[in-house]
Amino acid sequence: MNRLSFHRTGINSCSNLDDIQYSIFDKMWKQVISVLHKEFLLEWKHKSGFAGVILYSFVSIYCCYLAFRQVLDPPTWNALLWIILLFAATNAIAKSFMSESRGQQLFYYTLLNPKVVIVAKSIYNIGFLLVVTMINFMVYTLLLGDVVQDKPMFFCSLILGVAAISTVLTLVSGLVSRANNSATLVAILGFPLLIPILITIIRCSGNAIDGLGWAINQPYLIVLASLNILCMALSYVLFPYLWRD
Amino acid sequence: MNKKILANWWKALAVILVFYTLIMGFLGPVPTLAILHETIRNLFFHVTMWFGLMIMMIVNLVYSLRFLSKGKLKDDIYAEESATTGMYFGVAGLITGMIWANYTWGAPWVNDPQLNGAAATMLAYSAYFILRNAIEDEQKRAKLAAVYSIFAFVMMIVFIQVLPKLTDTLHPGRGGNPGFNTYDMDSDLRMVFYPAIIGWTLLGTWIMSLRIRLKIIEHQQHIN
Repeated sequence: MNRLSFHRTGINSCSNLDDIQYSIFDKMWKQVISVLHKEFLLEWKHKSGFAGVILYSFVSIYCCYLAFRQVLDPPTWNALLWIILLFAATNAIAKSFMSESRGQQLFYYTLLNPKVVIVAKSIYNIGFLLVVTMINFMVYTLLLGDVVQDKPMFFCSLILGVAAISTVLTLVSGLVSRANNSATLVAILGFPLLIPILITIIRCSGNAIDGLGWAINQPYLIVLASLNILCMALSYVLFPYLWRD
Repeated sequence: MNKKILANWWKALAVILVFYTLIMGFLGPVPTLAILHETIRNLFFHVTMWFGLMIMMIVNLVYSLRFLSKGKLKDDIYAEESATTGMYFGVAGLITGMIWANYTWGAPWVNDPQLNGAAATMLAYSAYFILRNAIEDEQKRAKLAAVYSIFAFVMMIVFIQVLPKLTDTLHPGRGGNPGFNTYDMDSDLRMVFYPAIIGWTLLGTWIMSLRIRLKIIEHQQHIN
Protein backbone atom coordinates (compact mmCIF):
# COMPACT_ATOMS: atom_id res chain seq x y z
CA MET A 1 0.00 0.00 0.00
CA ASN A 2 2.79 2.34 0.96
CA ARG A 3 4.73 1.60 -2.18
CA LEU A 4 1.64 2.13 -4.27
CA SER A 5 1.15 5.58 -2.79
CA PHE A 6 4.79 6.40 -3.54
CA HIS A 7 4.32 5.45 -7.17
CA ARG A 8 1.32 7.67 -7.39
CA THR A 9 3.14 10.68 -5.98
CA GLY A 10 6.08 9.98 -8.30
CA ILE A 11 3.90 9.86 -11.39
CA ASN A 12 1.93 12.89 -10.29
CA SER A 13 5.01 14.99 -9.83
CA CYS A 14 6.11 13.95 -13.32
CA SER A 15 2.82 14.58 -15.06
CA ASN A 16 2.77 18.08 -13.62
CA LEU A 17 5.90 18.91 -15.61
CA ASP A 18 4.11 21.37 -17.86
CA ASP A 19 2.50 23.03 -14.91
CA ILE A 20 3.85 26.57 -15.04
CA GLN A 21 3.53 27.44 -11.39
CA TYR A 22 6.51 25.26 -10.49
CA SER A 23 10.01 25.81 -11.75
CA ILE A 24 12.08 22.83 -12.83
CA PHE A 25 14.12 23.14 -9.68
CA ASP A 26 11.05 22.82 -7.46
CA LYS A 27 9.98 19.83 -9.48
CA MET A 28 13.34 18.21 -8.94
CA TRP A 29 13.20 18.67 -5.21
CA LYS A 30 9.72 17.20 -5.13
CA GLN A 31 10.99 14.14 -6.97
CA VAL A 32 14.01 13.92 -4.69
CA ILE A 33 11.74 13.95 -1.67
CA SER A 34 9.51 11.24 -3.10
CA VAL A 35 12.54 9.04 -3.85
CA LEU A 36 13.81 9.67 -0.31
CA HIS A 37 10.39 8.71 1.00
CA LYS A 38 10.45 5.51 -1.01
CA GLU A 39 13.98 4.64 0.20
CA PHE A 40 12.91 5.19 3.77
CA LEU A 41 9.79 3.05 3.37
CA LEU A 42 11.80 0.25 1.78
CA GLU A 43 14.33 0.41 4.60
CA TRP A 44 11.50 0.35 7.12
CA LYS A 45 9.95 -2.63 5.37
CA HIS A 46 13.18 -4.66 5.29
CA LYS A 47 14.70 -3.75 8.61
CA SER A 48 17.33 -6.42 8.13
CA GLY A 49 19.55 -4.07 6.09
CA PHE A 50 19.92 -1.50 8.85
CA ALA A 51 20.12 -4.16 11.55
CA GLY A 52 22.81 -5.95 9.56
CA VAL A 53 24.99 -2.86 9.32
CA ILE A 54 24.54 -2.06 13.02
CA LEU A 55 25.34 -5.63 13.99
CA TYR A 56 28.38 -5.66 11.71
CA SER A 57 29.81 -2.59 13.41
CA PHE A 58 28.88 -3.84 16.89
CA VAL A 59 30.75 -7.04 16.23
CA SER A 60 33.81 -5.22 14.95
CA ILE A 61 33.79 -2.80 17.92
CA TYR A 62 33.43 -5.73 20.29
CA CYS A 63 36.35 -7.53 18.64
CA CYS A 64 38.43 -4.39 19.11
CA TYR A 65 37.30 -4.25 22.72
CA LEU A 66 38.38 -7.83 23.30
CA ALA A 67 41.72 -7.13 21.65
CA PHE A 68 42.46 -3.73 23.25
CA ARG A 69 40.25 -3.56 26.39
CA GLN A 70 40.83 0.19 26.66
CA VAL A 71 42.36 2.55 24.12
CA LEU A 72 43.81 5.62 25.80
CA ASP A 73 46.26 6.65 23.10
CA PRO A 74 44.38 9.30 21.06
CA PRO A 75 45.90 8.52 17.61
CA THR A 76 45.12 4.81 17.98
CA TRP A 77 41.62 5.56 19.27
CA ASN A 78 41.00 7.86 16.32
CA ALA A 79 42.40 5.53 13.67
CA LEU A 80 40.48 2.54 15.03
CA LEU A 81 37.19 4.47 15.04
CA TRP A 82 37.63 5.59 11.44
CA ILE A 83 38.61 2.14 10.22
CA ILE A 84 35.50 0.66 11.83
CA LEU A 85 33.36 3.44 10.33
CA LEU A 86 34.95 3.03 6.90
CA PHE A 87 34.17 -0.67 6.74
CA ALA A 88 30.68 -0.14 8.12
CA ALA A 89 30.10 2.54 5.48
CA THR A 90 31.33 0.31 2.66
CA ASN A 91 29.02 -2.45 3.79
CA ALA A 92 26.06 -0.14 4.24
CA ILE A 93 26.35 1.72 0.96
CA ALA A 94 27.47 -1.15 -1.27
CA LYS A 95 23.91 -2.43 -1.28
CA SER A 96 22.26 0.92 -2.08
CA PHE A 97 21.93 0.18 -5.79
CA MET A 98 22.28 -3.57 -5.69
CA SER A 99 19.02 -4.23 -3.89
CA GLU A 100 17.10 -3.04 -6.93
CA SER A 101 15.92 -5.65 -9.38
CA ARG A 102 16.16 -5.32 -13.13
CA GLY A 103 12.45 -4.60 -13.39
CA GLN A 104 12.59 -1.92 -10.73
CA GLN A 105 15.42 -0.23 -12.59
CA LEU A 106 13.44 -0.21 -15.83
CA PHE A 107 10.56 1.33 -13.94
CA TYR A 108 12.79 4.10 -12.61
CA TYR A 109 14.16 4.81 -16.09
CA THR A 110 10.68 5.67 -17.26
CA LEU A 111 9.94 7.78 -14.22
CA LEU A 112 12.95 9.69 -13.02
CA ASN A 113 15.77 11.95 -14.01
CA PRO A 114 19.15 10.35 -13.13
CA LYS A 115 20.19 13.53 -11.33
CA VAL A 116 17.20 13.14 -9.03
CA VAL A 117 18.26 9.58 -8.30
CA ILE A 118 21.85 10.39 -7.39
CA VAL A 119 20.91 13.40 -5.26
CA ALA A 120 18.27 11.43 -3.40
CA LYS A 121 20.49 8.39 -2.92
CA SER A 122 23.38 10.52 -1.70
CA ILE A 123 21.20 12.39 0.78
CA TYR A 124 19.61 9.18 1.95
CA ASN A 125 22.98 7.47 2.39
CA ILE A 126 24.41 10.44 4.27
CA GLY A 127 21.46 10.33 6.67
CA PHE A 128 21.63 6.57 7.00
CA LEU A 129 25.34 6.61 7.66
CA LEU A 130 25.08 9.47 10.16
CA VAL A 131 22.63 7.42 12.21
CA VAL A 132 24.93 4.39 12.01
CA THR A 133 27.92 6.57 12.94
CA MET A 134 26.23 8.07 15.98
CA ILE A 135 25.21 4.66 17.28
CA ASN A 136 28.70 3.38 16.59
CA PHE A 137 30.27 6.32 18.36
CA MET A 138 28.17 5.74 21.47
CA VAL A 139 29.01 2.05 21.64
CA TYR A 140 32.66 2.75 20.85
CA THR A 141 33.05 5.31 23.65
CA LEU A 142 31.16 3.04 26.01
CA LEU A 143 33.46 0.08 25.43
CA LEU A 144 36.83 1.58 24.53
CA GLY A 145 36.78 4.79 26.55
CA ASP A 146 36.31 8.43 25.57
CA VAL A 147 39.37 10.55 24.81
CA VAL A 148 37.69 13.42 22.92
CA GLN A 149 38.37 16.82 24.45
CA ASP A 150 36.53 19.07 22.04
CA LYS A 151 33.18 17.37 21.40
CA PRO A 152 31.49 19.98 19.13
CA MET A 153 34.45 20.10 16.78
CA PHE A 154 34.77 16.32 16.80
CA PHE A 155 31.13 16.00 15.75
CA CYS A 156 31.69 18.61 13.06
CA SER A 157 34.52 16.59 11.56
CA LEU A 158 32.52 13.38 12.04
CA ILE A 159 29.52 14.75 10.12
CA LEU A 160 31.58 16.29 7.31
CA GLY A 161 33.75 13.18 6.99
CA VAL A 162 30.87 10.75 6.95
CA ALA A 163 29.06 12.89 4.37
CA ALA A 164 32.09 12.87 2.07
CA ILE A 165 32.61 9.12 2.49
CA SER A 166 29.00 8.31 1.73
CA THR A 167 28.87 10.59 -1.33
CA VAL A 168 31.92 8.91 -2.87
CA LEU A 169 30.70 5.43 -2.03
CA THR A 170 27.23 6.15 -3.43
CA LEU A 171 28.66 7.00 -6.84
CA VAL A 172 31.01 4.02 -6.73
CA SER A 173 28.18 1.66 -5.81
CA GLY A 174 26.11 3.09 -8.65
CA LEU A 175 29.05 2.40 -10.94
CA VAL A 176 29.53 -1.13 -9.64
CA SER A 177 25.83 -1.89 -9.95
CA ARG A 178 26.30 -1.47 -13.73
CA ALA A 179 29.39 -3.67 -13.74
CA ASN A 180 29.02 -6.94 -11.90
CA ASN A 181 27.37 -6.05 -8.62
CA SER A 182 30.05 -7.39 -6.32
CA ALA A 183 30.62 -5.75 -2.95
CA THR A 184 34.34 -6.43 -3.25
CA LEU A 185 34.53 -4.16 -6.27
CA VAL A 186 32.97 -1.33 -4.25
CA ALA A 187 35.80 -1.61 -1.72
CA ILE A 188 38.51 -1.88 -4.39
CA LEU A 189 37.23 1.11 -6.36
CA GLY A 190 36.17 3.17 -3.37
CA PHE A 191 39.17 2.97 -1.04
CA PRO A 192 41.76 4.65 -3.31
CA LEU A 193 39.32 7.53 -3.83
CA LEU A 194 38.68 7.72 -0.10
CA ILE A 195 42.35 7.95 0.93
CA PRO A 196 42.59 11.77 0.54
CA ILE A 197 39.31 12.23 2.40
CA LEU A 198 40.32 9.79 5.11
CA ILE A 199 43.68 11.44 5.72
CA THR A 200 42.02 14.84 6.12
CA ILE A 201 39.35 13.44 8.43
CA ILE A 202 41.87 11.68 10.64
CA ARG A 203 43.96 14.86 10.99
CA CYS A 204 40.86 16.94 11.62
CA SER A 205 39.30 14.67 14.23
CA GLY A 206 42.74 14.08 15.74
CA ASN A 207 43.03 17.81 16.34
CA ALA A 208 39.54 17.82 17.85
CA ILE A 209 40.50 14.97 20.18
CA ASP A 210 43.53 16.93 21.33
CA GLY A 211 41.34 20.02 21.76
CA LEU A 212 43.56 22.23 19.62
CA GLY A 213 40.89 24.83 18.93
CA TRP A 214 39.17 26.28 15.88
CA ALA A 215 42.09 28.37 14.70
CA ILE A 216 44.27 25.33 14.00
CA ASN A 217 41.54 23.06 12.74
CA GLN A 218 39.81 25.55 10.48
CA PRO A 219 41.79 24.75 7.28
CA TYR A 220 41.00 21.04 7.66
CA LEU A 221 37.31 21.72 8.15
CA ILE A 222 37.29 23.97 5.10
CA VAL A 223 39.09 21.33 3.02
CA LEU A 224 36.62 18.69 4.22
CA ALA A 225 33.64 20.88 3.37
CA SER A 226 35.02 21.67 -0.07
CA LEU A 227 35.78 17.97 -0.66
CA ASN A 228 32.12 17.32 0.13
CA ILE A 229 30.97 19.89 -2.39
CA LEU A 230 33.45 18.59 -4.98
CA CYS A 231 32.33 14.97 -4.58
CA MET A 232 28.67 15.92 -4.79
CA ALA A 233 29.23 18.03 -7.89
CA LEU A 234 31.23 15.24 -9.54
CA SER A 235 28.61 12.58 -8.87
CA TYR A 236 25.86 14.97 -10.00
CA VAL A 237 27.65 15.48 -13.31
CA LEU A 238 28.91 11.92 -13.85
CA PHE A 239 26.01 9.79 -12.69
CA PRO A 240 23.73 10.44 -15.70
CA TYR A 241 26.34 8.65 -17.87
CA LEU A 242 25.91 5.55 -15.72
CA TRP A 243 22.16 5.67 -15.72
CA ARG A 244 21.21 3.74 -18.84
CA ASP A 245 23.07 0.94 -20.63
CA MET B 1 60.29 6.85 -47.12
CA ASN B 2 61.35 10.43 -46.66
CA LYS B 3 57.87 11.37 -45.59
CA LYS B 4 57.91 8.66 -42.95
CA ILE B 5 61.17 9.91 -41.49
CA LEU B 6 59.85 13.45 -41.44
CA ALA B 7 56.64 12.38 -39.74
CA ASN B 8 58.53 10.49 -37.08
CA TRP B 9 61.11 13.15 -36.23
CA TRP B 10 59.93 13.24 -32.62
CA LYS B 11 60.88 9.61 -32.10
CA ALA B 12 64.43 10.44 -33.14
CA LEU B 13 64.30 13.42 -30.81
CA ALA B 14 63.14 11.13 -27.99
CA VAL B 15 66.07 8.77 -28.52
CA ILE B 16 68.57 11.62 -28.71
CA LEU B 17 67.21 13.35 -25.60
CA VAL B 18 67.05 10.14 -23.54
CA PHE B 19 70.62 9.26 -24.45
CA TYR B 20 71.67 12.85 -23.73
CA THR B 21 69.97 12.53 -20.33
CA LEU B 22 71.66 9.23 -19.59
CA ILE B 23 75.14 10.40 -20.57
CA MET B 24 75.00 13.92 -19.16
CA GLY B 25 72.97 12.77 -16.16
CA PHE B 26 75.62 10.31 -15.06
CA LEU B 27 78.76 12.06 -16.29
CA GLY B 28 77.95 15.77 -16.45
CA PRO B 29 78.82 18.31 -13.77
CA VAL B 30 76.35 18.73 -10.90
CA PRO B 31 76.38 21.18 -7.97
CA THR B 32 77.63 19.84 -4.65
CA LEU B 33 74.88 19.99 -2.06
CA ALA B 34 74.74 18.85 1.54
CA ILE B 35 72.96 15.50 2.16
CA LEU B 36 72.09 15.12 -1.53
CA HIS B 37 75.65 15.02 -2.89
CA GLU B 38 75.82 12.97 -6.07
CA THR B 39 72.26 11.64 -5.61
CA ILE B 40 71.10 14.91 -7.13
CA ARG B 41 71.58 13.11 -10.44
CA ASN B 42 68.41 11.18 -9.65
CA LEU B 43 66.55 14.42 -10.40
CA PHE B 44 66.79 13.53 -14.08
CA PHE B 45 65.34 10.05 -13.57
CA HIS B 46 62.91 10.44 -10.65
CA VAL B 47 61.24 13.82 -11.02
CA THR B 48 60.87 13.38 -14.77
CA MET B 49 58.91 10.15 -14.19
CA TRP B 50 56.29 12.08 -12.24
CA PHE B 51 56.07 14.63 -15.01
CA GLY B 52 55.47 11.73 -17.39
CA LEU B 53 52.81 10.24 -15.11
CA MET B 54 50.99 13.55 -14.79
CA ILE B 55 51.00 14.07 -18.55
CA MET B 56 49.67 10.54 -19.14
CA MET B 57 46.97 11.11 -16.51
CA ILE B 58 45.91 14.29 -18.29
CA VAL B 59 45.81 12.43 -21.64
CA ASN B 60 43.68 9.78 -19.94
CA LEU B 61 41.32 12.45 -18.60
CA VAL B 62 40.98 14.15 -21.98
CA TYR B 63 40.16 10.91 -23.80
CA SER B 64 37.77 9.80 -21.04
CA LEU B 65 35.90 13.08 -21.39
CA ARG B 66 35.93 12.70 -25.17
CA PHE B 67 34.52 9.20 -24.89
CA LEU B 68 31.69 10.36 -22.65
CA SER B 69 30.78 13.16 -25.01
CA LYS B 70 31.20 11.32 -28.33
CA GLY B 71 31.01 7.62 -27.48
CA LYS B 72 33.68 6.40 -29.90
CA LEU B 73 35.54 3.26 -28.82
CA LYS B 74 38.78 4.61 -30.27
CA ASP B 75 38.85 7.24 -27.53
CA ASP B 76 38.49 4.49 -24.98
CA ILE B 77 41.50 2.67 -26.42
CA TYR B 78 43.50 5.90 -26.14
CA ALA B 79 42.37 6.35 -22.54
CA GLU B 80 43.24 2.79 -21.57
CA GLU B 81 46.67 2.83 -23.15
CA SER B 82 47.58 6.22 -21.71
CA ALA B 83 46.70 4.84 -18.28
CA THR B 84 48.89 1.78 -18.92
CA THR B 85 51.82 3.97 -19.96
CA GLY B 86 51.17 6.18 -16.94
CA MET B 87 51.46 3.10 -14.74
CA TYR B 88 54.90 2.37 -16.25
CA PHE B 89 55.98 5.89 -15.36
CA GLY B 90 54.45 5.56 -11.91
CA VAL B 91 56.26 2.30 -11.13
CA ALA B 92 59.55 3.71 -12.43
CA GLY B 93 58.99 6.88 -10.38
CA LEU B 94 58.29 4.89 -7.24
CA ILE B 95 61.39 2.72 -7.66
CA THR B 96 63.74 5.62 -8.40
CA GLY B 97 62.15 7.59 -5.55
CA MET B 98 62.61 4.74 -3.11
CA ILE B 99 66.27 4.38 -4.03
CA TRP B 100 66.77 8.12 -3.60
CA ALA B 101 64.87 8.22 -0.31
CA ASN B 102 66.93 5.34 1.01
CA TYR B 103 70.14 7.35 0.60
CA THR B 104 68.91 10.80 1.61
CA TRP B 105 66.12 10.25 4.15
CA GLY B 106 67.44 6.94 5.49
CA ALA B 107 64.48 4.73 4.56
CA PRO B 108 62.86 3.66 1.29
CA TRP B 109 59.38 4.65 2.48
CA VAL B 110 58.63 7.52 4.84
CA ASN B 111 55.31 8.99 5.88
CA ASP B 112 55.20 11.92 3.53
CA PRO B 113 52.10 13.42 1.90
CA GLN B 114 53.64 13.22 -1.55
CA LEU B 115 54.52 9.56 -1.12
CA ASN B 116 50.98 8.86 0.06
CA GLY B 117 49.68 10.76 -2.94
CA ALA B 118 51.81 8.69 -5.27
CA ALA B 119 50.68 5.47 -3.63
CA ALA B 120 47.01 6.47 -3.80
CA THR B 121 47.37 7.40 -7.46
CA MET B 122 48.86 4.00 -8.25
CA LEU B 123 46.11 2.26 -6.28
CA ALA B 124 43.39 4.23 -8.06
CA TYR B 125 44.81 3.37 -11.48
CA SER B 126 45.20 -0.29 -10.52
CA ALA B 127 41.53 -0.22 -9.49
CA TYR B 128 40.78 1.32 -12.90
CA PHE B 129 42.30 -1.73 -14.62
CA ILE B 130 40.45 -4.11 -12.30
CA LEU B 131 37.20 -2.34 -13.17
CA ARG B 132 37.99 -2.68 -16.87
CA ASN B 133 38.66 -6.40 -16.48
CA ALA B 134 35.44 -6.95 -14.57
CA ILE B 135 33.20 -5.89 -17.47
CA GLU B 136 32.69 -7.87 -20.67
CA ASP B 137 30.63 -5.47 -22.75
CA GLU B 138 32.86 -2.98 -24.59
CA GLN B 139 30.63 0.08 -24.58
CA LYS B 140 29.68 -0.40 -20.97
CA ARG B 141 33.30 -0.98 -19.95
CA ALA B 142 34.41 2.16 -21.72
CA LYS B 143 31.68 4.25 -20.13
CA LEU B 144 32.20 3.01 -16.57
CA ALA B 145 35.99 3.25 -16.85
CA ALA B 146 35.72 6.80 -18.16
CA VAL B 147 33.47 7.86 -15.28
CA TYR B 148 35.77 6.24 -12.74
CA SER B 149 38.93 7.73 -14.18
CA ILE B 150 37.46 11.26 -14.26
CA PHE B 151 36.45 10.93 -10.61
CA ALA B 152 39.84 9.45 -9.71
CA PHE B 153 41.71 12.18 -11.57
CA VAL B 154 39.95 14.97 -9.68
CA MET B 155 40.52 13.26 -6.33
CA MET B 156 44.18 12.69 -7.12
CA ILE B 157 44.69 16.33 -8.09
CA VAL B 158 43.19 17.32 -4.76
CA PHE B 159 45.41 14.82 -3.02
CA ILE B 160 48.67 15.68 -4.74
CA GLN B 161 48.22 19.43 -5.13
CA VAL B 162 46.05 20.59 -2.22
CA LEU B 163 46.61 18.34 0.79
CA PRO B 164 50.44 18.48 0.92
CA LYS B 165 50.17 22.27 1.27
CA LEU B 166 48.39 21.77 4.59
CA THR B 167 51.27 19.86 6.17
CA ASP B 168 55.02 19.62 6.06
CA THR B 169 56.65 17.41 3.52
CA LEU B 170 60.18 16.16 3.14
CA HIS B 171 60.15 17.09 -0.52
CA PRO B 172 62.09 20.17 -1.54
CA GLY B 173 60.55 23.61 -1.53
CA ARG B 174 57.98 22.96 1.18
CA GLY B 175 57.88 22.76 4.96
CA GLY B 176 61.21 24.49 5.49
CA ASN B 177 63.18 22.23 3.15
CA PRO B 178 65.54 23.86 0.68
CA GLY B 179 63.61 24.42 -2.52
CA PHE B 180 64.58 23.82 -6.08
CA ASN B 181 65.14 27.55 -6.24
CA THR B 182 68.45 27.15 -4.47
CA TYR B 183 69.83 25.08 -7.29
CA ASP B 184 67.36 26.07 -9.96
CA MET B 185 69.84 28.79 -10.75
CA ASP B 186 72.41 26.14 -11.57
CA SER B 187 72.53 26.06 -15.35
CA ASP B 188 74.23 22.63 -15.38
CA LEU B 189 71.19 20.99 -13.82
CA ARG B 190 68.75 22.92 -15.93
CA MET B 191 70.58 21.99 -19.11
CA VAL B 192 69.84 18.32 -18.44
CA PHE B 193 66.59 18.51 -16.48
CA TYR B 194 64.40 20.20 -19.10
CA PRO B 195 65.59 18.03 -22.01
CA ALA B 196 65.11 15.01 -19.73
CA ILE B 197 61.45 15.89 -19.14
CA ILE B 198 60.84 16.26 -22.87
CA GLY B 199 62.82 13.12 -23.70
CA TRP B 200 61.08 10.82 -21.24
CA THR B 201 57.66 12.20 -22.12
CA LEU B 202 58.29 11.66 -25.82
CA LEU B 203 59.46 8.14 -25.09
CA GLY B 204 56.24 7.56 -23.15
CA THR B 205 54.19 8.94 -26.03
CA TRP B 206 56.00 6.57 -28.37
CA ILE B 207 55.26 3.57 -26.13
CA MET B 208 51.64 4.71 -25.91
CA SER B 209 51.24 5.14 -29.66
CA LEU B 210 52.66 1.65 -30.31
CA ARG B 211 50.28 0.14 -27.77
CA ILE B 212 47.33 2.01 -29.24
CA ARG B 213 48.16 0.86 -32.76
CA LEU B 214 48.46 -2.73 -31.56
CA LYS B 215 45.17 -2.47 -29.72
CA ILE B 216 43.37 -1.03 -32.75
CA ILE B 217 44.65 -3.87 -34.95
CA GLU B 218 43.54 -6.41 -32.33
CA HIS B 219 40.17 -4.75 -32.17
CA GLN B 220 39.72 -4.82 -35.94
CA GLN B 221 40.70 -8.49 -36.08
CA HIS B 222 38.23 -9.19 -33.33
CA ILE B 223 35.45 -7.59 -35.34
CA ASN B 224 36.38 -9.42 -38.57
